[in-house]
Amino acid sequence: MEIGLSHYLVLSTILFAIGLVGVMKRKNLLLLFFSTEILLNSVNIAFAAISHYYGDLTGQMFAFFVIAIAASEVAVGLGLLIVWHKRHNNIDLDTMSSMKG
Amino acid sequence: MELFLYTALFAPFVGSLFAAIFGASPKTIIAGIIPSILLGVSLLSSTVLLVHVLSTGEAVHVEMMTWMHTGNLYIPFGFLVDQVSVTMMMVVTVVSTVVHVYAIGYMSHDKAFNRFFAWLSAFVFSMMILVMSDNFAGLFIGWEGVGVCSWALIGFWYHKESATWAANEAFIMNRIADLGMLIGIFLVYWNTGTLQYHEAFEAMKHLDTGILTTIGIFLFIGAMGKSAQFPLHTWLADAMEGPTPVSALIHAATMVTAGVYLVVRSNELYSLIPNVGLFIASLGAFVAVFAATMALVNRDIKRVIAYSTLSQLGYMFAAAGLGAYWVALFHLMAHAFFKALLFLGGGNVMHAMSDELDPFKMGGLGKTMKATMILMTLASVALAGLFPLAGFFSKDMILEAAFSEHHFIIYTVLLFTAGLTAFYSFRIIALIFHGEDRHTALGFHPHEAYPFMIKAMIPLAILAAIAGFARPYYFDMVIAVLPETEYHIHSAMTYWTMTIGTQLFVIAAIYFAYKKYMSSDIKVPDGTSEMENSFKYKLLINQYYIPYFYEEFLVKPYRALSRVFWKDIDMKIVDGTVDGIANIIYNTGENTRGMQSGNLSTMLKWMVAGLVILLSLAVIFGLTVKYSGV
Repeated sequence: MEIGLSHYLVLSTILFAIGLVGVMKRKNLLLLFFSTEILLNSVNIAFAAISHYYGDLTGQMFAFFVIAIAASEVAVGLGLLIVWHKRHNNIDLDTMSSMKG
Repeated sequence: MELFLYTALFAPFVGSLFAAIFGASPKTIIAGIIPSILLGVSLLSSTVLLVHVLSTGEAVHVEMMTWMHTGNLYIPFGFLVDQVSVTMMMVVTVVSTVVHVYAIGYMSHDKAFNRFFAWLSAFVFSMMILVMSDNFAGLFIGWEGVGVCSWALIGFWYHKESATWAANEAFIMNRIADLGMLIGIFLVYWNTGTLQYHEAFEAMKHLDTGILTTIGIFLFIGAMGKSAQFPLHTWLADAMEGPTPVSALIHAATMVTAGVYLVVRSNELYSLIPNVGLFIASLGAFVAVFAATMALVNRDIKRVIAYSTLSQLGYMFAAAGLGAYWVALFHLMAHAFFKALLFLGGGNVMHAMSDELDPFKMGGLGKTMKATMILMTLASVALAGLFPLAGFFSKDMILEAAFSEHHFIIYTVLLFTAGLTAFYSFRIIALIFHGEDRHTALGFHPHEAYPFMIKAMIPLAILAAIAGFARPYYFDMVIAVLPETEYHIHSAMTYWTMTIGTQLFVIAAIYFAYKKYMSSDIKVPDGTSEMENSFKYKLLINQYYIPYFYEEFLVKPYRALSRVFWKDIDMKIVDGTVDGIANIIYNTGENTRGMQSGNLSTMLKWMVAGLVILLSLAVIFGLTVKYSGV
């Protein structure tokens, strides 16, 4: 069986769903970052696959942008995470409610 | 001359502002003296202007500044002192100066002495704008200014329910009429393209009679309100709630004469529409007799004098309506002097009697208040129109005008009214000053007013006595701007019969009044006598039931209607809508605030939910577009 566009897209959708569930369910900030990475990378797979399917490089370029931005986001996020951990000694999402109105 | 013009106009304003500085502080005598002096200055400036107009025969016309200038509309703050306005300025300043000086004494025990002078001077200032303006817009400013000041002064003792009621009544009645006035002014502008008197009247000569009639009627409605003509007359008698100097000012110089002034000023318009003129004259004659009958029985000296004003205004309108504008203006002037005198005398009596106004409770005051008695009797003689006082010359001229214009019904009505006038004037004189002493038994200890108050009244007395002789000179002066209508009864025989007949009729009425009300068996009426229970008396004392009619058929339905609008339409529909919208938003917030738990995880769930909803919508929308065949 040849692997076609639809396989990639199904993979992308499955990964996106996993990421989404992770975003909703995980209470650990670090795992939340993992889930966001999965979300972003599922989109990257879709971009790359569709770009290849149409023979247009724009989608792959876009995927690179996403990777770059994801890397910087994680860099900032992890920085904040370490600071938070130093102060509160945990990274549980439920304790982070100082923004409650 | 410009300097004198501005001085005459703005001196009362400065006086008003000066008194207003002390407005909230307790009585400061200087707040009364400075406005009075400034009004004296205004009087002197007006006199200079009068001499100038008399000697050169030229009007002084200045444009202080542009008020409105957009497109074709050009309204300046322009002032015109011609033969007509200089007469009004003299009347206004003479009477106002006297009233100001008098009020220093009259109001000396009042807590709000300073406030009184601030409003009184503002009142005069508004009237000066009204008479001096050279266009309808300026006239209207003064017109409204007079309305506001009269409201504040009639309701001066605002802690009295009746005073605030009377003030509001006067104000509202005037607003009704002002709507007519405003429509009239709009029509003038619409049809002539200008509001300057001179140009507007010039342009009116080429207008259609129908339009002119409409303009004339609407302007006259304005005049009817200010001059308290039927059916807008009820406020005038109720306005007696104000302090007496205010009544003197309203009735003699400012306010009520404004309507007559407007008709005289618009003489070029009314000359073109004699039918409206005839209507004005008929209404005037009707009001003259109508008010005089009400004055016959009233038991309040100020109200009697108020009805007499109403009656005399009727005379003025009768003259103006018949085209005898200069006669109307002359009667206005003569009337201002003796009516102000009568009111100020009435004020003395009121003070002496601790604000008691029922003449039946007085009697024999002549012994203690000789000067007031002489002044009031003089004023009443002038009002009754006996030779040689001012009233004779002016009123006789109106009768002659009606006679020689062949309006015999108007003539008869006015002649009859002259008799009534004499009767009611001397009825109160006899009741107040002569006859048995009835006040001591009721516990009153009358005293004469301050000497300076009496002295302040003397100039008015002199003018009331001699102003009539100025008639020929006056005629020569005003014909420069007013139609030269002289009335000559063809046969000398008829003329003398009429004049002497009128005089005898008036004397008979006076004699009858004295005879009836000086007798020793006059008692304070207690509602039991036969006369008091007669239909005629009831009709007259209740002012022909017109206030009652207004109350029942206008005020009450209006109140009911307002209540419906308030309770049902405003509170239920309008407020309901606004409150409903607010409630929806409030409840939405209340119910959804649970979302903002501050928990990142919950928020992310909501974000996902939002994403799912938006995606679904996008898909549904996309499918719809795809299959709808667009």
